[in-house]
Amino acid sequence: MTKTEVAVRIAGAAGDGIASTGESFARVASRSGLHVFAYNSYQSVIRGGSVWLQVRAGDKKIYSQGEQPDFLIALNQDEANRHGPTMPSASGIFYNSDKIKIDNSKANLYPLPVKELTAKYGQNPVMQNTVALGALTKILNMNFNMVVSVIKDTFGDKNKAIVDANIGVAQAGYAYASSHWKSIDFSPKYDYNFRRPVLTGNQAISLGAAAAGCKFYSAYPMTPATSILHWMAAHSEKCGIVVKQMEDEISVLNMAIGAGFAGARAMCATSGGGFALMSEAVGLAAMTEIPVVIVTSQRGGPSTGLPTKTEQGDLFQVLGASQGDYPKIVIAPATVEDCFYATAEAFNLAEKYQLPVILMSDLYLSEHMETVSNIDFNVGIDRGLMATPNGNNERQFRRYAFTENGVSPRSLPGMEGLTHVAASDEHDDTGVLISDIFTNEEMRVKVMDKRMRKVQYALKELPPPKLLGPDDADITIVSWGSTYSVLRETADILAKNGIIANHLQIRYLWPFHGEAVEKILSNAKRVLDVEGNYSGQLAKLIRMETGIKIDHKLLKYDGEPFYPNLVVKKAMEVVKE
Amino acid sequence: MMDLSVYKVETKATWCPGCGDFAVLRGIQTALTALEINPKDVLVVSGIGCSSNLPGFLKSYGFHGLHGRAVPVATGAKLVNPDLNVIVAGGDGDGYGIGLNHWVHAMRRNFNITYVVMNNQVYGLTTGQASPTTEKGQRTKSTPMGVIEVPINPISMALVTGATFVARAFSGDADHLAKMIELGIKHKGFSLVDVLSPCVTYNKRNTYQWFRERVYRLQDNGHNPKNLDDAIKKSYEWDAKIPIGVFYETDRPTYEDEEPGLKKGPVVSQPLGINQELGKELLKEFE
Repeated sequence: MTKTEVAVRIAGAAGDGIASTGESFARVASRSGLHVFAYNSYQSVIRGGSVWLQVRAGDKKIYSQGEQPDFLIALNQDEANRHGPTMPSASGIFYNSDKIKIDNSKANLYPLPVKELTAKYGQNPVMQNTVALGALTKILNMNFNMVVSVIKDTFGDKNKAIVDANIGVAQAGYAYASSHWKSIDFSPKYDYNFRRPVLTGNQAISLGAAAAGCKFYSAYPMTPATSILHWMAAHSEKCGIVVKQMEDEISVLNMAIGAGFAGARAMCATSGGGFALMSEAVGLAAMTEIPVVIVTSQRGGPSTGLPTKTEQGDLFQVLGASQGDYPKIVIAPATVEDCFYATAEAFNLAEKYQLPVILMSDLYLSEHMETVSNIDFNVGIDRGLMATPNGNNERQFRRYAFTENGVSPRSLPGMEGLTHVAASDEHDDTGVLISDIFTNEEMRVKVMDKRMRKVQYALKELPPPKLLGPDDADITIVSWGSTYSVLRETADILAKNGIIANHLQIRYLWPFHGEAVEKILSNAKRVLDVEGNYSGQLAKLIRMETGIKIDHKLLKYDGEPFYPNLVVKKAMEVVKE
Repeated sequence: MMDLSVYKVETKATWCPGCGDFAVLRGIQTALTALEINPKDVLVVSGIGCSSNLPGFLKSYGFHGLHGRAVPVATGAKLVNPDLNVIVAGGDGDGYGIGLNHWVHAMRRNFNITYVVMNNQVYGLTTGQASPTTEKGQRTKSTPMGVIEVPINPISMALVTGATFVARAFSGDADHLAKMIELGIKHKGFSLVDVLSPCVTYNKRNTYQWFRERVYRLQDNGHNPKNLDDAIKKSYEWDAKIPIGVFYETDRPTYEDEEPGLKKGPVVSQPLGINQELGKELLKEFE
């Protein structure tokens, strides 16, 4: 049967150029009109260790990196030993035959005499990757021009000699494969005139922020949020965004709040440890009613935990951050494309309701690469209620005026006649403190109620979750965040096994659509909660908000993402029970 | 000429009678009036503590944030709107204790803001514990047997960290204090005005009287504020004689001057979003 989809794993040590080779292959595939999904499983070391990246490409939308790869590019003996024995007979392994010996694999072997093939080009150790890339594209019947165009764009800023050497080495690999091996029966619908951008979740978040008019970004480097800082810093001048790396996450969020107070759309990003440091300031933004967008991309916890591994373990941290009751909105985008739109939406919600909006991603969503088809920069910008300069007839501007939905007209420093103090202490509608001389109990209740009303109104605006798939199903799978993609694929596999599954993805974690979720789940035959954490945090939240106890859970906290067959197996068990 | 009343509000300051902070409030109002700055263009940011209540006692935009976190809030606002006159006001516990990290980094970055620290050498609002500037040996509620560590020297710290304007004032010398704040606001770059602002309730050692016997004006003694070595030497004078005035002033480009994101002017006045053309260009990088 003709294959229209392929999965390629590149395995080596950190520093071997795995990420750039994987990215190059992903781009070659996308420039050939294919859909791509790639995931990099790496360690917290800069050199050495065991790293692998898997790219899956095909002519239909792809929802995960796949499980068993069709091809392995082994960059060292260790990785050949680690992955080689599990490669099936129909698969293939590319490797540098000068350095690596493979004798215990059923797979087809593609030994590449790298020394000989790169002799003309200086024999840089990373050249083995490019040789393999060239050979692989030949075996997959890909157009070599796409390899040339990707190499040119990748090394475009460096000198011509580097570009020529890389093209030469790739060509040598391609030619060697051509004269030694047959191409496999792989013929997806190639389209060389159509390119989808290949984005990570973090890049989509960055683009979404720029589209939404983000004018200030602050951060402290922390995996897996760091690549947002990198994009922002590189595009600061072009997009007119002030980007500041700060001394810690405490200053990061406080600074973003200062920028938001002064009238800039402001965002910051971190992971769980940094978010813990931001906690107090999350409540500050809510108390002072200043719009700010906070991205937290989860990794394995607790503490330093698994710094380069994925997890969904911070839901309760985010829901419980900061002291006291305060309004906030928490959104968990599900896909790379959703990262773009959810970020833009977060800015609008933050300004419309004048509160912190927290966007929850995780390492898998933030860092995996995916082709996206639909990115529209015209996202619509709603800056919310603004006071009119000089339009204040009162002696003191009522910055926190009592309104039906709790949202009060906002003024920005520089506006005439609208000065006020934004205070972290409880204050009255003009911003004057109410607890220093005597605590005005009545006023306290009034302003607290005003702030909290904003979330009640926000909930009315936020679309409630809907069941994906058929209404009547054998099993309803519940998830949030990045697990969405793999569950899309799971439903298809289950259908082939005669099991009808539908899917409830929770995108707004707070405020929570309790009524809608209760209605859906109380009509479900069987419910399976799939989460990347130990304790089933979403299931707990659902029980808290709906009273519904989900009996079946598939929880994963080994650091790696879910795979379709793991979920399929569990779903089949639950249905047969 | 602008009248001081422009900067007054109905809210009465809640400090203890005789607190040094009254003179600082008046000094800030006097300086802003002398410089004829419109209150709409002023942002006063504070943290938490007795002195951090200051923004509520004058007419301008204000931000009364978290304990120790005034500086990042202030610099965030300044970076998106460099046209604002940003003043940070707070105490020694807030700025030199819990917020020291932010203060140190703000100085080396040379943001064009003015930091007025009401240094009373004690934690007042929490009823009298040792602060980072409490002197060795002093007995407080948290150090009943006397402070064991040596105090922070904010002046020398500011000098070696890269502040471009470093001054000290004394609440018992109100005119000089107002002048120091005025010079600090006028200075382009990070200005520190450390104000000896006695706590009449919890610090029975560093009183008005104690300071009056010791303070002298640097500028009356021919100190050259352009010389960093002299400034550092002077910053170590304490106990017998305590200098007030400008220790050091120098010109260095501010952070805002060199920030790439501000090349087109204050970002708060820039149009929002990405047009389709730029959008295409941005996406092309990922193809």
